[in-house]
Amino acid sequence: MAGRNIGQKRLVVGAHYGLRDWLSQRVTAIVLASYSLVLLFAALSASEPGYYGWAGLFAQTWVKVFTLVAFLAFIYHAWVGVRDIWMDYVKPLAIRLALQVFTILWLLGSFVWAVEVVWRV
Amino acid sequence: MPETIAKKRPEFRNIHITQILGYRLPLAGVMSILHRVSGAVMFLLLPLIVWLLDKSLTSELSYAELLGFVDSVPAKLLLCAIAWAFIHHFWGGIRHLVNDVHIGISREASPKMASIFMVLSLLTSLLAFLAIFGVI
Repeated sequence: MAGRNIGQKRLVVGAHYGLRDWLSQRVTAIVLASYSLVLLFAALSASEPGYYGWAGLFAQTWVKVFTLVAFLAFIYHAWVGVRDIWMDYVKPLAIRLALQVFTILWLLGSFVWAVEVVWRV
Repeated sequence: MPETIAKKRPEFRNIHITQILGYRLPLAGVMSILHRVSGAVMFLLLPLIVWLLDKSLTSELSYAELLGFVDSVPAKLLLCAIAWAFIHHFWGGIRHLVNDVHIGISREASPKMASIFMVLSLLTSLLAFLAIFGVI
């Protein structure tokens, strides 16, 4: 068995990422829902209306850190969700791979931009 | 054999895109597909969302510019789309988490749960739309 389990005869089973994806999707969802509620509450109770209240919120380190941790949760959550969309609807492997690469670059690019935005407030 | 032959009902296995309109999806199914649609909308608009954050935070001037940009009906409709996608996905996600602890998964409870979350989603979206258009 061991010696023959290679090449086209390889038995591809037991990837084990069903549970992992299910769980990570829940954990990231809870991070994102918590962040949304905390930010909404913080914004509504900002010290003053307009730019200074809003920027003053993001000037605090805990808001920057929470924002970027939530963004990381977002990109992982979105990766699992969008990858599943491609796997469900796009069957040709080359197109699916291209879309998956695009998805990763789109998410990472947005994240790097968000770091730059949030860290210079 | 019964006297009346049962009327042949449409049969769906893997439904094709051309069958979507004729397919009577239960409300839980509607919530589910809208969860996917709203997630895809946020994914596609992510750079726009970061751009909005950038404009809103960079300076008082860029903040004022942003208010100018969004002071048009098409821009406000775009903000409404982002708000709906976020709000719907939020409630849809809570519904999934509630279902995960085995609440509301029976045949009777599932459409009830779906309608509660659909109403929550629509009402909070409406609130957001009114806020975006400056009504409240």
